[in-house]
Amino acid sequence: MTELTHLTIEDALKGLKNKDFSAKELAEAHIEAMEGARDLNAFIVETPEIALKQAEESDKRYASGDEGLLDGIPFANKDLFCTEGTQTTAASKILEGFVPQYTSTVGQNLADAGAVMLGKANLDQFAMGSSNTTSAFGNVINPWKTSDGKDLVPGGSSGGSAAAVAARISMGATATDTGGSIRQPASFCGISGIKPTYGRCSRWGVVAFSSSLDHPGPLARTVKDNALMLQAMAGYDPKDSTSANKPVPDYAAAMTGDMKGMKIGIPKEYRLDGMPEEIGKLWDQGAQWLKEAGAEIVDISLPHTKYALPAYYIIAPAEASSNLARYDGVKYGHRSKDAETLADMYAKTRAEGFGDEVQRRIMIGAYVLSAGYYDAYYIKAQKIRRLILNDFEKAYETVDAILTPTAPSAAFPIGENEDDPIKMYLNDVFTVTANLAGVPGMSVPAGLDANGLPLGLQILGKAWDEETVFKVGGVIEEAAQFNAMPQKVMSKAA
Amino acid sequence: MAQLIQGETGEWEIVIGMEVHAQVIAKSKLFSGASTQFGAEPNSQVSLVDAAMPGMLPVLNKFVVEQAVKTGLGLNSKINKVSVFERKNYFYPDLPQGYQISQYEYPIVGEGVIEIDLPDGTVKEIGITRLHLEQDAGKSLHDQHPTKSFVDLNRSGCALMEIVSEPDIRGPEEAAAYLSKLRMILRYLGTCDGNMEEGSMRADVNISVRKPGGPLGTRAEIKNVNSVKAVQQAIDYEVQRQIEIIEDGGEVDQETRLWDPNKSETRSMRSKEEAHDYRYFPDPDLLPLHVSNDQIESIRTTLPELPDQKKHRFMDDYGLSLYDASVLIAEQQRAQYYEDVANDNDAKLAANWVINELLGILNKNEKKLSESPITAENLSGLIKLISDGTISGKIAKDVFADMYDTGKAAADIVEEKGLKQVTDTGAIEAIVDEVIAENPDNVEAYKGGKDKLFGFFVGQVMKKSQGKANPAVVNELLKKKLG
Repeated sequence: MTELTHLTIEDALKGLKNKDFSAKELAEAHIEAMEGARDLNAFIVETPEIALKQAEESDKRYASGDEGLLDGIPFANKDLFCTEGTQTTAASKILEGFVPQYTSTVGQNLADAGAVMLGKANLDQFAMGSSNTTSAFGNVINPWKTSDGKDLVPGGSSGGSAAAVAARISMGATATDTGGSIRQPASFCGISGIKPTYGRCSRWGVVAFSSSLDHPGPLARTVKDNALMLQAMAGYDPKDSTSANKPVPDYAAAMTGDMKGMKIGIPKEYRLDGMPEEIGKLWDQGAQWLKEAGAEIVDISLPHTKYALPAYYIIAPAEASSNLARYDGVKYGHRSKDAETLADMYAKTRAEGFGDEVQRRIMIGAYVLSAGYYDAYYIKAQKIRRLILNDFEKAYETVDAILTPTAPSAAFPIGENEDDPIKMYLNDVFTVTANLAGVPGMSVPAGLDANGLPLGLQILGKAWDEETVFKVGGVIEEAAQFNAMPQKVMSKAA
Repeated sequence: MAQLIQGETGEWEIVIGMEVHAQVIAKSKLFSGASTQFGAEPNSQVSLVDAAMPGMLPVLNKFVVEQAVKTGLGLNSKINKVSVFERKNYFYPDLPQGYQISQYEYPIVGEGVIEIDLPDGTVKEIGITRLHLEQDAGKSLHDQHPTKSFVDLNRSGCALMEIVSEPDIRGPEEAAAYLSKLRMILRYLGTCDGNMEEGSMRADVNISVRKPGGPLGTRAEIKNVNSVKAVQQAIDYEVQRQIEIIEDGGEVDQETRLWDPNKSETRSMRSKEEAHDYRYFPDPDLLPLHVSNDQIESIRTTLPELPDQKKHRFMDDYGLSLYDASVLIAEQQRAQYYEDVANDNDAKLAANWVINELLGILNKNEKKLSESPITAENLSGLIKLISDGTISGKIAKDVFADMYDTGKAAADIVEEKGLKQVTDTGAIEAIVDEVIAENPDNVEAYKGGKDKLFGFFVGQVMKKSQGKANPAVVNELLKKKLG
């Protein structure tokens, strides 16, 4: 029997149904893997007792034949998703010790589908970061290493989720993507992840970073596994006013592999100066694979792409500065112990509780919303946002999906880019456009760079058309035959 | 009646605009399902949303939107088909989110106008600038602990309508009339209970002074003015303060001031320089609010007859004076009571009895109309007895007092006590003869030209008949007999 932790979700579900193994055994194997990989720091809180209890209940459902869509599948829950009775921190000191009285809608949907929670995955503080180095609970280490064994970042902000899935600690994970936080860590860790259409997954119970850009979604090792995860997570939620009341299609069924008659756009604006040559090559290769599968490749233009990153770094901090105002020491979470006055309490609580990157973005956000600057920054950025959406809508008049690289680089060593926030922000250059436009985007591992590190390709689709994204993603995955494994996993196997 | 104030350098005109916060009558809050009941235990009506727990999201209360539209229609205002909720960002312990969800650039209700009734019997129009929806804050409690402050979030997130007037108000009387009329309209509509003492209606008053017809002066915003009386007092105080500053060669600061009801003065809260930058921006958790024509029209059909419409109808249909009509329409229930009394009676007589007698005695006993021992039906019965001559107006007052004490019908009291007016000429004639016989001196004096003594004879006859003699018959007989 294959090692249980190496199974895909799809195969694990078959095995559980066939009674090849129990949900409890599956959970135990993953708990063992989790305990064995603590050096990755992928979890802020491990919840083996919850996992075992849920696995036992899952086994009962299998016994009575009323199992759910993901019954018995162990997953890591990004610590941005509130969990009733389990500490939820957003990787910030300001929420250390905060135990919610409620579970996020997405988390509840997964629980209702029978999924088993292994723990709360580490992340960049308040999901602000592209390297998982802003967590108050320490960096997450990418299970992939450079050839000389250097520790690499797993990407961010869903770094703990991605590392856990890549290291075969969990079969899938919840994640959120505000500017690329699902797709970039997926690319860095050699796994797949999809940011669905805005409004597809409820944001209720997910600690807010930037409300109009935050997209909950899954991470998993295969495209099909992502389809299964998203199927369970998605759906209308009356508690989220931005949730769409639309039926959720059968995503796995959409993966027919049939590319005939499909047009795939290649946007010229995504070919950046100074981008590693191998990324450009992989992109060409991806287009070639789709062509060979029967698709027509079309050169397109998304002319406002270059304004996306600046617009993003105005809108996201603006919303964050307001969303994070509730962490004031009054009601829950951290409160400074040596404050004399109310203003003092606010200032010290927030200075002690928030990390540097969070403080930086709060300040940028407050600045761009302030009187006299609002029109020049916030309003202008919103206009650009509209133009970017127009770009996509125009492109989708001729193409069914768009293919781009996921990130401008492979995983980089921990500590790199730390001195220069702008350089760090450039990680999101290919991914933020989809957040601004709300359209779905997926990263699929497509190859390795010269250092043996994974690189992903991104498939962007029309709003509400995740089915096409899964279909194209499936074809890329099939063609790429990406079966490299992180050193961490190989060394354990050896 | 633009009131001008005499200063040392001449006359001053007062310019006032008001911002009234009215709590919307609704079972649950603006963006959460928590109850809005007044007077509950602290923090017993707080949802996860109201407490701003991480990841919580607002969901708009549809009923509150309908209430706002209804109010807008009642204020003869334009309903905006698209409005936007924005975040007003500031830190305060009773503001759990760190921002108030409010409407800023695009309010749900635009310009309108209402009529106010002034004490001199004139009517004036006051423009409404806008009405918008927003969340109320919680309440800080500073008297529970020697060194700590507590926060009660029961009110946090309750729906408020902020109703902003044009600077059309010209003095304390007009301000009082505006506030009273606004409260009346809201109560008629059932969209706010208007109870200022419970804080469900609160007013901020923007005051400035200028030379009559001159350019607008610098205004001060007075907060915490929580009764009609306080509004008048605060304006009186503030106007004097501003005039003194200007006449002493100074300049009025644009600032926010607080009304202190104990000291009867306003004092500075924060200057323009200290004003917050609220960093308004559209709330990304909420979509723009769309209200369709169909919705507006369907809400319009639920509107009651509004105070001004009722006032004009009372004047036209019942022939009442502006004053009487204004008194009667002040409360919906009062107007209804009046109509029940007036319907098949002399409408003006009915108005007199309701206003002078009934409201008078209720007021004296500090009772509400709903507690009146005299039902509209019974008062109507009393007036009928007067109109058909069964009892005299004088007897009616005694019967009325009895009705108030016992709750009985007028006819029953008249019957029991034998108070029916005597119109039998023979019986009255006997009394007249008796009186004439008993007062020979006065008869002589009258005949000698002292006409004024006629009243004496009437009085004597009425007294002997215990007030029951029909005064017309008494007059006629006396005239005949005294020659």
